[in-house]
Amino acid sequence: MKYRPARSLEKLLLRPAGLFLIAFALLTFSSVTLQAQDWFKTETSAGVSNIRLAVADFKPASVDPQTASLKQTFDSTLFNDLSSAGIFDIVSKSLLPQATPGAPGEINLAQWSAAPANAAMIAFGALGTSGGRLTVNGFLFDAKNTQFPQVLSKQYSEEANEEMARQVAHRFADEIIFRLGGGIPGIAETKIYYVKVGGGNKEIWAMDYDGANQHEITHLGTVSISPRVSPDNSRIAFSSLGKDGFQIRMYSLLLNRMVNFSSGGGGTNLSPAWSPNGRDIAFSSSRTGDPEIYIADSNGGSARRVTSFRGPDVSPVFNPKTGSQIAWISGRTHLPQLYIMDADGSAITRLTDGGYATSPSWSPNGQFLAFAWDRKYGPGAPGGQDIYVMEVATKRWIQVTHDIGRCDFPSWSPDGRHLVFANSPDGRASSTRIVSMLADGTGRRNLTGPGADMPNWSWK
Amino acid sequence: MNVSPAIYRKALVMAAVVAALSAVTGCHKKEKAVAPATLGPAPSAPAPTATLTADPVAIDVGQSVVLNWRTTNATSVTIDGIGEVATNGTQTVSPSTSTDFHLTAKGDGGSTDANVRVTVRVPQAPSNANGDGDMGSEAAFHQNVKDVFFDYDSYDLRPDAQTSSQTAASYLNSHSAIKIVIGGYCDERGSAEYNLALGENRANAAKTALVNAGVAASRIRVISYGKEKQFCTEQNESCWQQNRRAQFSLDR
Repeated sequence: MKYRPARSLEKLLLRPAGLFLIAFALLTFSSVTLQAQDWFKTETSAGVSNIRLAVADFKPASVDPQTASLKQTFDSTLFNDLSSAGIFDIVSKSLLPQATPGAPGEINLAQWSAAPANAAMIAFGALGTSGGRLTVNGFLFDAKNTQFPQVLSKQYSEEANEEMARQVAHRFADEIIFRLGGGIPGIAETKIYYVKVGGGNKEIWAMDYDGANQHEITHLGTVSISPRVSPDNSRIAFSSLGKDGFQIRMYSLLLNRMVNFSSGGGGTNLSPAWSPNGRDIAFSSSRTGDPEIYIADSNGGSARRVTSFRGPDVSPVFNPKTGSQIAWISGRTHLPQLYIMDADGSAITRLTDGGYATSPSWSPNGQFLAFAWDRKYGPGAPGGQDIYVMEVATKRWIQVTHDIGRCDFPSWSPDGRHLVFANSPDGRASSTRIVSMLADGTGRRNLTGPGADMPNWSWK
Repeated sequence: MNVSPAIYRKALVMAAVVAALSAVTGCHKKEKAVAPATLGPAPSAPAPTATLTADPVAIDVGQSVVLNWRTTNATSVTIDGIGEVATNGTQTVSPSTSTDFHLTAKGDGGSTDANVRVTVRVPQAPSNANGDGDMGSEAAFHQNVKDVFFDYDSYDLRPDAQTSSQTAASYLNSHSAIKIVIGGYCDERGSAEYNLALGENRANAAKTALVNAGVAASRIRVISYGKEKQFCTEQNESCWQQNRRAQFSLDR
């Protein structure tokens, strides 16, 4: 039996910060309980309409045999980047005019602004290869401004290969998103670090934000979990099983090798988290026999204890906006719950009211916590573990995944508009894959096949 | 209808519990056959019969064997090395080498005997090769220091674990050279990072019980594996229970 109190609630998770408050103020509850609901409809376009953007296929500017395949890579990457940005109403390819303008002089704006395309903005340009170089001229035009339509004009020249064709498309997409998305940089050039399961071992891997370019980072031949990339993208902290159990280890993305991290003190040390200035690492350590939250320097030195309460304390995460608060998971009242505190251990506040809550991730603007929650936890209980987003100030929450199996390890994108998480459709660990979505739960896309877990989105 | 897997799981667990309960209640002890000898002297004094079995018939050093014997028409029964025993009975023995157990049953109608051989497998490389008998054998270790199992999402020692901790502690106290590693494990449900912390608490609960029983803390190392090293991977309670444990092993 489906428990689905469908309520139309306006939510604007994809809008810039100011609108979030309005969104939550607009949350209306018609049931007798003041609790949030298990299920409700979200309308990302409610109140404010997305910009209608036409993305033209680029015009081939050369007859080089390489051009066709690179152009196809570029076109599909650009289209995907803009489609998944969450701020556009993308004109369906079937509604676009047949023309492929390659330069400002070649475009007939009326053709694009009229029905059926009805575009407000048009991205177009030309792509050519010659002498092993890829040259892309990209334009963004305002279809309704016939006198001065040009919003953006970019030129790129790179080595002619598939990888660079994708990178150039990402860069151009990010320029458009930055220009039209309220000044928040796009995420098309960001990375996702994750755990790849294979042959009884787990290694740290990385991929582009859209699932392309999946490649191995560590080769330790053991179980390595919980990758967390530093705010400057220079290092990855993670925890790894050695002869003394799980310990925090550090990989340098600049040197492409392991670097020293010694948390000292013994016990199991796990779930590292970077402070937004990159100078501190919060983690869970059982050096006293009971897992507690500690903060150390980024090389593991001068570790100091933050929590002090019997029961597991684990999975800390700094407020990325201020660096002065920590959210974490504590089992001090039996089942794990979500808490926040100041970074000195004071002002402890419990945020979840029951169930089994794990894996917090703090949104870049500091306003929201995403986490995994099984609200009716217990043997045989209905429901499952889903991703939830809570507004820290009000403790109001919404459920953003529904009926797709077991979900865990949400991680915010740097633009705060997306979440990546691990999903197992049948609940088995071996089926776990990485999925991204808009922060309101729409636009879900599988980034990997089975055997990938614990994604961590880079800070920029 | 949208029945989630969790409901199936619940149904399965309940079915298993019902099955287990009915198995317990359904398993009545067999009525003991009344020994004919107790009915008074038989007119023709039939010859006694005897059977002797051992379960299992092959063990490792330190393990034990249950001897089970049944006789009829016998008035006195002896087993070599054990002495006079009841006419029907069981006894647990831990032979250190392979042994022929010989039972003699005497009755008014004569005597008979029964034999069973218990084979004791001696480890290829005896652990006391270094002359340090204090270490005991691997088998004896596991015989006395048993894994501790935990309830769902709990790291409190159950009463049965308290008892086995006492046994473990007395064994460790009498083998002072042994150092041990306690591994903390969790079932596959729940979240990986939290389970590592929970596994740490489980292993430490087992360690604390040993320390309270007089084992030096310096002899015990604790490692949490969370749900990263599963003992079994079936999605049912008996598998989950096997994974929710603190496992003891020799620290070499």
